[in-house]
Amino acid sequence: MTFDQPSGPVPALALRGLAKRFGPKIAVDGISLDVPAGSFYGIVGPNGAGKTTTLSMATGLLRPDFGMALVHGVDVWRRPLEAKKLMGILPDGVRLFDRLTGAQLVSYAGLLRGMDRAVVASRVAELLAALDLSQDAGTLVVDYSAGMTKKIALASALIHAPRLLVLDEPFESVDPVSAANIRDILDRYVASGGTVIVSSHVMDLVQRMCDHVAVVANGRVLAAGTVDEVRAGASLEDRFVQLVGGRSHSEGLEWLRTF
Amino acid sequence: MVADLLRLKLTLLRNGLRRSPWQLVGLAIGALYALGLVGTGIAGLVLLRHADAATAQTVVVLVGAAAILGWAIVPIIASAADMTLDPARFTTFAVPMPQLLAGLALAGLIGIPGAATSLVALATVATWSRGIPAAAGALAGAVLGVLTCVVVSKIATAGTAGLASSRRFKDASAIAFLIPLVLMGPILAGLTRGIAASTGFLAELAGILAWTPAGAAWALGGDLAAGNYWQGALKFLIAAATLAALAWLWKLLLQRALVTPPYAGTAKKKSSGLGFFGLVPATPAGAVAARSLSYWLRDPRYAGALVVVPLLPVLLFFQASQTGFYGILQAVGPLTAFLLAWSIASDVSYDSTAFALHVSTGVRGVDDRLGRAAACLVFALPVVLVFSVAPMFLTGQWQLLPGIVGLSLGVLFSGLGLSSVVSARYTVPVPLPGDSPFKKPPGNVAQTLAVQFGGMAVLLLLVSPEVLLVALQLAGGGPVFGWACLALGPVLGLALFAAGVRLGGRWFDARSPELLAQLAVNR
Repeated sequence: MTFDQPSGPVPALALRGLAKRFGPKIAVDGISLDVPAGSFYGIVGPNGAGKTTTLSMATGLLRPDFGMALVHGVDVWRRPLEAKKLMGILPDGVRLFDRLTGAQLVSYAGLLRGMDRAVVASRVAELLAALDLSQDAGTLVVDYSAGMTKKIALASALIHAPRLLVLDEPFESVDPVSAANIRDILDRYVASGGTVIVSSHVMDLVQRMCDHVAVVANGRVLAAGTVDEVRAGASLEDRFVQLVGGRSHSEGLEWLRTF
Repeated sequence: MVADLLRLKLTLLRNGLRRSPWQLVGLAIGALYALGLVGTGIAGLVLLRHADAATAQTVVVLVGAAAILGWAIVPIIASAADMTLDPARFTTFAVPMPQLLAGLALAGLIGIPGAATSLVALATVATWSRGIPAAAGALAGAVLGVLTCVVVSKIATAGTAGLASSRRFKDASAIAFLIPLVLMGPILAGLTRGIAASTGFLAELAGILAWTPAGAAWALGGDLAAGNYWQGALKFLIAAATLAALAWLWKLLLQRALVTPPYAGTAKKKSSGLGFFGLVPATPAGAVAARSLSYWLRDPRYAGALVVVPLLPVLLFFQASQTGFYGILQAVGPLTAFLLAWSIASDVSYDSTAFALHVSTGVRGVDDRLGRAAACLVFALPVVLVFSVAPMFLTGQWQLLPGIVGLSLGVLFSGLGLSSVVSARYTVPVPLPGDSPFKKPPGNVAQTLAVQFGGMAVLLLLVSPEVLLVALQLAGGGPVFGWACLALGPVLGLALFAAGVRLGGRWFDARSPELLAQLAVNR
């Protein structure tokens, strides 16, 4: 199979016909997507749409059955070490080395990438301060709350100043103040030329935060482009429901009104 | 409602088995093991029918009291209580308390431990089938006794639920429990010798226990068989009152538990600085070593292995003092080397899905392998050397020292090399992070056994030159073989270590996403 090479600048992430099957279930059914460099890209979809599977395959965590993923033109599955240097990843649904303290965990992520000790030390301090975790730098991650755990994982993904950030459900169980702080950090990052991909099912958040969005359901891309293109005048949430379908018209359940 | 709860428990059991056929195999193995124990128990109790009444009474009361004690203790220390019907899950359903209590108690009997205890308890009816009153008494005693077992375990679980949800307590209790478990052999031997020395002690103990809540129920059959109807009636009252009091206590605990869910995360450990991360070279391999060292100290699943190490000489010394053959003490060095080197063969499995960090940062396989092995070496090397030399002070066979040191180093390095290869390719089901080290991990038992025994066989093959040299010296071949072993062990060991790290590293580079996918299955 051949794919058209996109003309113009090299996209930060290019997916070409990615597919993955788990037993009888096809989780991702040929996803192709271009994420332009310097964009804030949202991937939205209902539960079980294949968002996490797609992002895992795009970041080198899960080997695809078909297709390829290019990060700034580097093939993730042919030249993994090079591609992984360019990416910072916040995976969803994996554990952390939670018997390390917060500061140790972030330092670990930096040192694993071969960074210098002094650089790691100064960046860890700054990251923890920016994410409001300085107080808990010496606490074991296993004793962190869910939101703090998300934030420390985000810090681990940022430490090596990647060109592309792939964040799977970054705002889940994060309190509103921290979420606003994280959004500021990400906005500044994008403004200075970085690329962010977030997956979420909070449409409101994606509409406000992202400039591009892709709607994914049943392992396929239903719509992709700038947020304004995709929502076509309606709110993103309405457009999403329209695209994905599955709204049950509230017939039945008559007894629910008989209390 | 009671029937609904029982049906729920059965459905949960069945659905658990449906998740994978291996669960069924696990249950079958557990059931076979329990069947063996139960069969022996029942046969013994039936045979006791022909023993004299006093002996039978002693045995039944002691075993029964031990059963109640076991049901009380196991859920606390193993934190492996069956939580499929956790009362907290019924909070929102407003089930009437009496029905909830009865349902949960009866549901506690479903499953291997409950069924085994019930069957053995019912076998006491056979022991006391020496007359209708005696058999009826034994039956009543068995029912009361088994119910007491279940309720006691529920109280233990509910009472310590708050404690057990604190990470500190879980970590500490798991390790504390390990020490008596490892020393079980010597402790049991000491106990049996002490008891054999004072005959009549057991009968006396049983006599006392029979008047306490732990033994009263089990004494019913014996008392009625002996014609002591008044004693029997009194003990029935004691047993019934015990059960009633325990049920009442359980009800109180349950009522409290339903409105105050256990609060987790009270223990907060503060530490400033970076610990091992500040001490190691600032390279990926160094970072992996620092992380591994932190885990050896902080994770009870690793720390448990460290607790066993100092107990190993104690065990061997006990063995030696039993048989009078102190030469076996010299094996403690190579044995420890094997234990520690092989312990990192399941290192990646212990990481669970946290291993994703290694995949996403693109750490090279060689660095990952080298870091994990280095962390183990940091303490394994001194320990193994000390354990190789120290026994010589006791045995005085200094001529064996070079051979033993050579063998120990050979086993340590070859073992680390082999472990580096094995953990890059195979994952085995291990307790998940935060779980008790004793918890039976979910997953494929057959593969675990294949990896364990296959690995050990390969290791034996790898160190066979050193073993041969030591054997030749022991067979009277003179000290030259020992010195040869001292030279060969480290050289061959280091060569195999280097080869293992390189091969493991290459496999790791090629297959780390597949390794992560295997780990994700058991998370």
